[in-house]
This record gives sequence, C-alpha cells and structure tokens, in this order.
Amino acid sequence: MEGYRIGTVESLRLLRETLIAGEQTTGKLVSVCCGSGCMSSGSEHVREAFAREIKEQELEDEITVKKTGCHGFCERGPNVIIGPQNIFYNSVTEEDVPEIISETLLEDRVVERLLYEDPVTGQKCLYENDIPFYKKQKRIVLKNCGIIDPTIIEDYIKVDGFRALAKVLSQMTPEGVIEEIKLSGLRGRGGAGFPTGIKWETARNAPGKEKYIICNGDEGDPGAFMDRSVMEGDPYSILEGMMIAGYAVGASQGIIYVRAEYPLAVHHLSTAIAQAADLGLLGRNIMGRGFDFEIKIVKGAGAFVCGEETALIASIEGRSGRPRPKPPFPAIQGLWGKPTVINNVETLVNVSRIALNGGEWYSKIGTATDTGTKIFSLVGKVRNVGLVEVEMGTTLREIIFDIGGGIPEGKRFKAVQTGGPSGGCIPEELLDLPVGYESLAKAGSIMGSGGMLVMDESTCIVNIARYFLDFAQNESCGQCAPCRLGTKQMFKILQDITRGNGKPGDIEILLELSDAVKQASICGLGMTVPNPVVSTIRYFRKEYEEHIHEGRCRALVCRSLISYRIKDYRCKACMKCLTACPVGAIIGAKWQVHEIDQSKCIKCGTCMEVCPKRFNAVECVTGLMEGSGDKSE
Amino acid sequence: MCGWPKASSRVSVKTVDTERLNKILAVFEGEKGGLISILQRVQEEFGYLPEAALSSVADFLKLPPSQVFSVATFYDRFYLTRRGDHLVSVCQGTACHVLGARSILETAENCLGIKTGQTTPDYKYSLQRVACLGSCALAPVVLVDDEVHSRMTVRKIKKLLTEDLD
Repeated sequence: MEGYRIGTVESLRLLRETLIAGEQTTGKLVSVCCGSGCMSSGSEHVREAFAREIKEQELEDEITVKKTGCHGFCERGPNVIIGPQNIFYNSVTEEDVPEIISETLLEDRVVERLLYEDPVTGQKCLYENDIPFYKKQKRIVLKNCGIIDPTIIEDYIKVDGFRALAKVLSQMTPEGVIEEIKLSGLRGRGGAGFPTGIKWETARNAPGKEKYIICNGDEGDPGAFMDRSVMEGDPYSILEGMMIAGYAVGASQGIIYVRAEYPLAVHHLSTAIAQAADLGLLGRNIMGRGFDFEIKIVKGAGAFVCGEETALIASIEGRSGRPRPKPPFPAIQGLWGKPTVINNVETLVNVSRIALNGGEWYSKIGTATDTGTKIFSLVGKVRNVGLVEVEMGTTLREIIFDIGGGIPEGKRFKAVQTGGPSGGCIPEELLDLPVGYESLAKAGSIMGSGGMLVMDESTCIVNIARYFLDFAQNESCGQCAPCRLGTKQMFKILQDITRGNGKPGDIEILLELSDAVKQASICGLGMTVPNPVVSTIRYFRKEYEEHIHEGRCRALVCRSLISYRIKDYRCKACMKCLTACPVGAIIGAKWQVHEIDQSKCIKCGTCMEVCPKRFNAVECVTGLMEGSGDKSE
Repeated sequence: MCGWPKASSRVSVKTVDTERLNKILAVFEGEKGGLISILQRVQEEFGYLPEAALSSVADFLKLPPSQVFSVATFYDRFYLTRRGDHLVSVCQGTACHVLGARSILETAENCLGIKTGQTTPDYKYSLQRVACLGSCALAPVVLVDDEVHSRMTVRKIKKLLTEDLD
C-alpha cells in the first residue's frame, strides 16, 4: 500500500479490514514453503513453476501463488498447501505442478502420491493437522509460519499483526504490561528460563533514560533451528514483541543480533524493518501514541559464546566476545553501560501473543511452574524430523514417539540429548519425564534452546560426549583457565578413549575436571559444558568401560575400535563397493574377491551400504585389525 | 582456536587498494562500536582481511593494531589469508554429526587435496567446517558459497567436488 501510513490505532484496524475484504474471493491459493530447508530442496523452482503455469493458463485472477515461511517439517519438503481446502502436499517437484493445477485447483481432486503417508500404518493424511507430527502440537509461536508471506507486511496485518502493539499503546501502561507478562509466567526461552517479567521490571526500574532491547538471534546450539524458522518465517512477530518490550521497559532502541550463518533470516528481518518503518510502525510517535522505537540489525561473526548476554553485548560494542562476571546484570548495566533487556527470539514472539490474549490465557497453558509452549527441534534418529511446538509438561515419550513417529528402521531408542552442548543425555527409563526447566535439570540435562537429539543403538554415547567437548573447547573464549584448559583436557581424554587409548582412572579424572570447570567458570558456557560428559557417565558408564577396558564400541562408531571386512565366502566380486569407495581402499577386480585395505579405510561404511542385500558380504566388527592405524579422529 | 594462519601461508599484502577501503570506512564515520561491522564489510569487499587493511582500520578507529588483530582472530568467520573462489563449508552440527558428517568432511579433504581450513593452491576452493547451519532436518548439510546442499552422502560430496564444480 504505497504511501499509506498507520498514524493511529484506528487506522491499523481500518487497514486490516480493508485488506481482508480485498482478498481474492475464490480462495484458491498455492502456498509454497520457502524456508531455508525447503529452498535447498528446490521449493523456489516449484513456486516459479506454479507462477509460470498459472500465467500461461491465464488463471491469475482465480489462483494466487505465495511463498511462506518454514512449516518445520523440512524433511518432507518442498511442502505446498493448496487452499481453500488446505490440502498438504509433500516433496513436491516442478514436474508435479501441472497435475496439481489441473486436478486439485481446478477439479477439486486429490493427488494421492503427494500426500503424507504414515510410515507405520500406511494411512494417508489430507490436511496438515491430521498428520501425527502436527496433531499434537500447539503452535502459538509458530502460528504464522507457513501461513503468511514473510516478506509482505500486509499478510501479517491480516492475521492480527500489530494488534497487540495497538492494544498495549492505547489501553495499557508500561507497568501494566510488565504485570501482564509476570502473570503469564513467561520464562526466557533462550535456555536459562529466567522470568521475563522480572527482567523487564529490573530494567524499567534501573536509573537512566537510555535503554535498549536486544533480540538474541544468535542461535548457536548445533541441532537447533527454531529461531531461524521464526526469523525467516514470521519476522514481524519479533518486531512487535520488541516494541512491546521497549514500551514496557522505557527503551526506544532495539537491536536484533543475528548470527551470520543465517543470511535468509537477516534478509527477511531487514525487509520487515524497512516495511514497518514505511508504514510508520517504527520510528517516532508510533500510532500517534508518543512512543518512539527504532530497530537495527547487527550480524554475528561466528562465535557460539556470543549467545551469552555479556559476550553478545561485547560483540555489538566491537570487542571480542568474552563474557564478564554478573552482577552487574545487563538489565541494570548492559549495552554501553545502559539498562538492557536481552530476550530470545521465541520469548519475544510469546510476548506478542501474551499482549494480545492476556497473561491469564497464557498461564493456563503448560504447567504451573512452566507456562506456555516450547519449540523443540527434533532431530537425529527419529522418523519425523523437524520443529515441534508443544505445551510445557508434555512428556519426552509423547514428543519422540507420538509426534516424532519413533525410531526408524526398527532400531531401539537409546537416549535423547536435550539442550545442545550445555545439556545432557536422558535414557529410556526417563522417557516419561514431562518437559520443563526443573524436571530436565533434575535428570542431569537442561531445557536449553530446545534442541532434542534422538539417539538409537547405533549412536555411540562416548562419541557424542567427545563431539560436544570438541565443540566446547573450540568455542571457549579462553579467559577462564579451568574452562580453557579443562575442556581441552577433557576432550583429549575422550579422544583417547574413542581411539582405544583409554586408561583406568580416566572416568574419575573426567568427573573431577567437570566439577572444576563447572565451579570456576564465569559464564554459562563453562558452567554447562561438562553436562554431556557427566550425564553420559551417569547413565551409560558401562559403555565408557567397554571402550577403555575391552577396546569395544558396541555402537560400531569409534573408528579405531571398528573395522569393515569383506567376507570372502560371500563376496561375488561385483565391484560395487570398489567403485563406490571414496578413498579407493578396496582391492579387487571383476571375478576377484575384494579386500579392504585397512590402512586406507576411513570407516565411512559406504561399502556396506552399497553391497547388494542378497550378498551381504560386508560386515563391521569391533576390535582393532592390523594395519588400520590411528586415523585423525 | 584453529584460525591462526601460519606465517608462511599468509599472503602479506603490503598495500591494499586504499580507495576501495576508504569508501568503506567513510560509511562508519562517527559510529560507536563499529569494528566488527567494518571488518565484515572489508572482508566482503576483499574476500578476506589483508594485513594492510587491518592496520588502516586501526588507524581509522584510533585503536592499537593489536586490538584489531585480537578481534579479527577471535571470530571464526574472519579470514586473514586469501580464500578460494568457492567456499565449501561442511556442517559439523549435532544432527549432521550423527548422520556421518565427519566422513563427508574427510571425503571433501580427499577430493580437494587439502586439509580443513586450507585453500587449494590454485585458489579455486577453500574448505572449512562450520558448527551448525540450522538446516538440521536435512542433515548432513554442505554449503557451497550460498547454496545449501542437503542430505549429503560420501558419494554425493565426491560427485559434487569432482564433477559438478567446474
């Protein structure tokens, strides 16, 4: 809407009503997911194909094509929803487009092969909400993802966008907003779970006129991508949340700190900010209520530790991201020494929802101590990989099995790692644990940002601990000696164990070092990095002992403890493995039984993968074979 | 930190195109805390952070060069040596890791003939590992410049690097 400015609360309402009334009447809509996941699977080509075909068939007046943000079901992408029926099609390719147009859009018939099929029951699902993955979810934060075009602000306005802000500015005092947030029980979704209302109140009461709101979009936990999806798929909700926070706290400057690895998120957020400013929703005297607010974006430069509040502030100030001791807390002394509220992306979107629907509404969702919902990124060895938003208090079993569909290929569940590098592993016997900040902490893990890595019997738990320590010692800023040296030493010990060089007493040393690092670090990184080690030893000590005393890796993962062998009595010399081997480690020829050169083998398992099932000539055994040497683990 | 380049491999540029550099710096005149943003722009322009550029940035911001170097070497995404025309980033995030990301990285090293963090002698490719790209549902993931390649396997990366790129 060229030149239109929302100068009052009333004009927002008018615009919303005008936009809804002006919507195309047939309701025939093609929504193509254009989040990073589906894009990498080719959804942009699918969208272009739709636009092209519809134009050629002169159906532009009847059918609208739009792009939307991430549905969270990236594995099944490209995902397309056909309205008005809201039929959900998976794995759509360019070639499918003409058929979808002729069958579904024009004739109201379903293209069966593109429907989601339950891998166990074989049942096909027509609508998104029928799919078990979505049925049990309660999508409050993800409400608009997959529905709106994240680059068109009018789309957001149509679904009650900025209505919460209008309500706050016209009907509530800043103190009233803070009370509402406190009533909701909202806790920071970045990982620590600190009550948001109290953080805001602290900042509001802190002396000084210059205050800041920072959105922490530095989602560094490997395996977590919920903030990415929201930043890409619904950037406007974040802006609205920040503005509400600014009003409540008395800040007129907002900064969104986005990690550089998310270029699409940066792009969508920049577009959103520009569009909001054009409409007068950012800048001075917003909606004529005397409230000024501006937002700018700052990109990260590749440092996991910058997700920590004080390191993030240092980064914005142009310094190395080294955390400092707290107190003083950023809410009192933050960016440039001024009171600063730093909230996670998910927290801020929750703020928008709470401001519109009320704190009481929110407090009734979830449990008494953990209200609302939480988005988890369910990844790893699980059938339905993607983003899952559920009420707090939902059990791990429900998330992994009912929503996630359980473990594929008939394998057995081993453990679930929650909270990324700061979290711990939770074994099978605790699957009925309800998700919550305290409940997960009691089990030796943390909620963290919501990463949930599912592991099965083919995952080596010692390897996982080693992986996390590798990450941690790389990302440690280095200023605290116990963290800098402790993580390195712990990594070295774990490396030795996975290489078959573990020694009796290693487990005890690991626990001792964990204790020291936890206690003597000044920031959350140091305080939590020992968690993966401590929790895996707590629940899977036997596996550590097998590695150390028996040189055995039961999951067949640790390279120095396994070897791939070709069973000469089964090999038919078909050359499949020989050709497929990425490092040319297989010796043989047609009609000559193949053999693996252990000194070259990188244990990738490709040979076993390509060997025809009827031959089944490749096996993986645990125990060091001669000549395999110590690869760079 | 694994980012510190060996002196022998550093392309030490005694002079840098000052016109291009000054154009960038002018935008940041008077801005508080702009060091990282400046470095990001300089890297965008030159492909990496030449030593001479860092000295000029230090002058411009009236900071000791050691502080500029400290920041440039702290962050993973700043490169102090010249990069290849194509940047191959193999994700080593958790989801990618459990699905074989290490084998993919090693295969990439094999195909390109370099180790992680290095650049091919003809400056065509640089190979690096990255902690997490946020495309975990499509693991394992490899980023080539701006293009995301999902559901990678050892065979696919071999094909990509030996056949599909140039």
